[in-house]
Amino acid sequence: MRVRNALLAAVVMTAGFSSSLTTPVFAQEQEQFFPLLVFRTGPYAPSGVPWANGFVDYYKLVNARGGINGVKAVWEECETSYATDRGVECYERLKGKNGGATLFQTMSTGITFALTEKAPGDKIPILTPGYGRSDSADGGVFEWNFPLTGTHAASADTQLQYVASLVGGLDKLQGKKITLLYHDSPYGKEAIPILQKRAEMHGFDLSMIPVTHPGVEQKSAWLQIRQNRPDFVLLWGWGVMNSTALKEAQATGFPRDKIVGVWPSGSESDVKGISGAEGYSAVLLQPGSGPDSQVVKDILELVHAKGEGTGPKEEVGEAVYMRGVVNAMLSVEGVRAAQEKFGVGKTVTGEQARWGYEHLDLTQEKLDALGFHDVMREVKTSCADHMGSSWARAYVWDGTRWKLASDTWFQADMSILDPLVKTSADAYAAEKKLERRRADDCQS
Amino acid sequence: MFYRENGQLKTSYQADQQIFPIAQDRWAIIGLVLFAIVAVPLLANEYTFSAILIPFLILSLAALGVNILVGYCGQISMGSGAFMAVGAYAAYNTLVRIDGMPLLLALLSGGFFATVVGMFFGIPSLRVKGLYLAVATLAAQFLSDWAFLRVPWFTNNSTSGSVMVSELQMFSWRIDTAVEKYLFCLGFLIVFAVLAKNLVRSAIGREWMAVRDMDVAAAVIGIRITYAKLSAFAVSSFIIGVAGALWGFVHLGAWEPAAFGLDRSFQLLFIVIIGGMGSIMGSFFGAAFIVILPIVLSQTLPALGNLVGFEVSTAAISHAEFMIFGALIVWFLIVEPHGLAKLWSTGKQKLRLWPFPH
Amino acid sequence: MGFFLEALFAGLMSGVLYSLVALGFVLIFKTSGVFNFAQGAMVLFAALAMARFAEWLPQWLGFESALLANIVAFLIAGAIMCVVAWLVELLVLRHLVNQSDATLLMATLGVAYFLDGLGQSGFGSGIYTIDVGMPKDPIFVLESVFPGGILLNKEDLIATVIATALVGLLTLFFMKTTTGRALRAVADDHQAAQSIGIPLNRIWVIVWCVAGGVALVAGVIWGSKLGVQFSLSTVALRALPVIILGGLTSIPGAIVGGLIIGVGEKLSELYLGPLIGGGIEIWFAYVLALVFLLFRPQGLFGEKIIDRV
Repeated sequence: MRVRNALLAAVVMTAGFSSSLTTPVFAQEQEQFFPLLVFRTGPYAPSGVPWANGFVDYYKLVNARGGINGVKAVWEECETSYATDRGVECYERLKGKNGGATLFQTMSTGITFALTEKAPGDKIPILTPGYGRSDSADGGVFEWNFPLTGTHAASADTQLQYVASLVGGLDKLQGKKITLLYHDSPYGKEAIPILQKRAEMHGFDLSMIPVTHPGVEQKSAWLQIRQNRPDFVLLWGWGVMNSTALKEAQATGFPRDKIVGVWPSGSESDVKGISGAEGYSAVLLQPGSGPDSQVVKDILELVHAKGEGTGPKEEVGEAVYMRGVVNAMLSVEGVRAAQEKFGVGKTVTGEQARWGYEHLDLTQEKLDALGFHDVMREVKTSCADHMGSSWARAYVWDGTRWKLASDTWFQADMSILDPLVKTSADAYAAEKKLERRRADDCQS
Repeated sequence: MFYRENGQLKTSYQADQQIFPIAQDRWAIIGLVLFAIVAVPLLANEYTFSAILIPFLILSLAALGVNILVGYCGQISMGSGAFMAVGAYAAYNTLVRIDGMPLLLALLSGGFFATVVGMFFGIPSLRVKGLYLAVATLAAQFLSDWAFLRVPWFTNNSTSGSVMVSELQMFSWRIDTAVEKYLFCLGFLIVFAVLAKNLVRSAIGREWMAVRDMDVAAAVIGIRITYAKLSAFAVSSFIIGVAGALWGFVHLGAWEPAAFGLDRSFQLLFIVIIGGMGSIMGSFFGAAFIVILPIVLSQTLPALGNLVGFEVSTAAISHAEFMIFGALIVWFLIVEPHGLAKLWSTGKQKLRLWPFPH
Repeated sequence: MGFFLEALFAGLMSGVLYSLVALGFVLIFKTSGVFNFAQGAMVLFAALAMARFAEWLPQWLGFESALLANIVAFLIAGAIMCVVAWLVELLVLRHLVNQSDATLLMATLGVAYFLDGLGQSGFGSGIYTIDVGMPKDPIFVLESVFPGGILLNKEDLIATVIATALVGLLTLFFMKTTTGRALRAVADDHQAAQSIGIPLNRIWVIVWCVAGGVALVAGVIWGSKLGVQFSLSTVALRALPVIILGGLTSIPGAIVGGLIIGVGEKLSELYLGPLIGGGIEIWFAYVLALVFLLFRPQGLFGEKIIDRV
């Protein structure tokens, strides 16, 4: 009994003390710290693992290519399990490490909301390429948020444009029935305002079916779909919800070529090994799947060939993996832009990096040089526009790989998106008692 | 040697019935509180505040509430997360919908609404008992998950369903920095801990314990079961509701219902079990343990891995955390079913004899 | 009307699957008085083992036959579940004899966390498939009566048959074999059973082993339908209202309860859901069970609770 108690006490004591131990890391050379909030476990791990692998592999590639003008990229992962409070803890843990965080990429809409409240105080920018809060595209209010290359609202708009292209134009949507099957979380709900607006404009009938987290129970949803017989189903799933949706679609006999997903529903792990997934298409905000691109070849050659690859070799180039790569690339290029202003070859602070993200100008030539030819298109941010662009392409799953549905690049219609974004951002500013940034603030 | 009550003679009933009849205990607690108020803000860094101390304080508060229901009144509840959610969303709604609502009142109104909801879900406890009740309380959990996701009114028609609190201000004090947030939560915790401690050693507290130990017997000796059970639900959900409001307002700043999901309910239950059922002190021990353990694991496991010579991936840490956590729970239940609080009191007993145990 | 029938069938069939998971709960509670929260984790663990071994075996041993791989993987997964059962008895239950219900419940929660972690670290956290050759496409019946016919799912039908067969088998096992009789004796009265020489520890291992087998079958069916992934452990949460509705100690209760919950949640989601926002089925099941409980606190078929001072 005494031994047991001593053991118990020892456990408690170590738990108490070792938490206060933190080992400071002193940089021998110039280092730029990129914290990573990943989720490699839990219900969303199928999407989270390749995403995180893409991030890490790209940072390894950057170092193999000689760093950011000689500055070494360092990174540290923190597991959030896609939960907001874990994300907040990770943020607090990582923000001061290794000389201070350059930025945070939340990889989750829920965590984005929480960090949006915290990051400005710490002067750390938040990158949410392809996700995040849709109204944060308005840089006049959201000074520290950068939903580069598109938001969920932009995603929804391009998705609808693709659907319209299938029926022969936006005017042909009149009288069509479209069902939105969405993950019942902040992420899934981001699609609703823009789709409602579009429904009003084009006169199609929009019905919405929420799916409860984590999304394995969809039988009723698909029975409802079978009853309504919509012309298209827009799938806004995440993790295991996607494959379940496709399986249930098959089980209720709904044609898969009438289901159109968004990027979180369009990765290989969502469709691989599912017999009924053929014909399912997804509109992916850039990037799509890119196994043949130059950057993938570089990663395979400079990282994986040396045995330093993060995940399985076969997954390199998959859609969600490429998203990690592109996300990491954007974070690095922002730093490069900031270095040009604040000192090439030097570590930049979060505040300086923010300037870099706001003055990002990735032309097609620059992207091609980095190996992103035919993976993504140009991004140019400004003080007012923190999104930069919202290019998207449609892909079809043919049973073994994602194939381009057509060469058309879609881009969200900003004349529709902007007013929605602005209204929402203004409401946020009013609630927070923030002032819009003045024009001269943008010059700095 | 130093921890003896010899010579401390009680000359009045008041002195005999105080919370800490032993002078050393009294001084130790006063010292601890002073340490928490004065010294901790000087010593701790921002990370410790935001990631460890503030969650610890708020979870302790919530665990205090759960302990009253589970530990003192014996009604197993797996719906505590729901009451936290009610507290958070009710506080949010009173704050944004009523102009000039003071923060303090909004937080307390969160507690009030949680009380109402808690009493409503306490009604089945009058008829349903034991494990059946435990499962039935899950109804509250799933209902609240659903309601705060699907009823736009609760989130002030926020399109994403996520709500946020812009700034915290009490009277003229703006609660901005981590230290201020810490002190704010600490204030709540001290007040509620003193209230709870006094409540459980009063008549109503003894009624709860009688119901816990055997409700039929309690009814036989004239305790009103309905009153005892519902009052336990009410007090417990009030405290949990306030804790929920603090969790949303102070710790997260912006939240969605997933912040108060089933995992949170289980977490609170673990805190109470590991800390010690039916012990106010246990709530603190349990909360400290639950908050610190994952952080320690995620920091020490990679170091351990390096010692052995291989790199521990983030996923492996997370899996190991699950396993160690599960194993520790089982181990605690086997070795010390009464939790850390029991260890504490055993330690105190030993200390009275130390260093001459014979 | 056609839609109503479709919903009804869909409900009945998911009800059968809930019953299968609920059965695991009831078996363990009946004989050892443990409310086994780890049942969901066991379903996940068993399904993961099955899915991964079916994938690994052909690679390791170099044979092609999927059928053989599935059979061997099924046997290995079954064996693993028995080892888990034995370890749970040896390391957990044996030390917690005579503890309160709540303590035992918490211990199984600990086991659930452990299994979740072990399963994911040993077998991975991706989505894996179990392909036992179940047909995926729907069939439509009564097309002459209703426009579009009534959708039936072959996979669900087969699952129903398997589940029914399993229940039949278990009933036979309980009624006709010596071990089954011993199990029933233990369920009735631990002390009396022990005094006539029934080894309690071994009985518990057997019962957890059987529950592990039930979890495996449930895991294979669910996994074949939805894929094997972490979220599979949440099926336990959907089976909980089933057992409190049916009664913690009753096997017929688990089956009838499963059907009631299955039908109740599908009909509520499809008819009530659209009116109040959708996504209601999970809490509806709980509320339904709760309302039943208010009238019968021991569940539909549970043993009457008698309190003595």
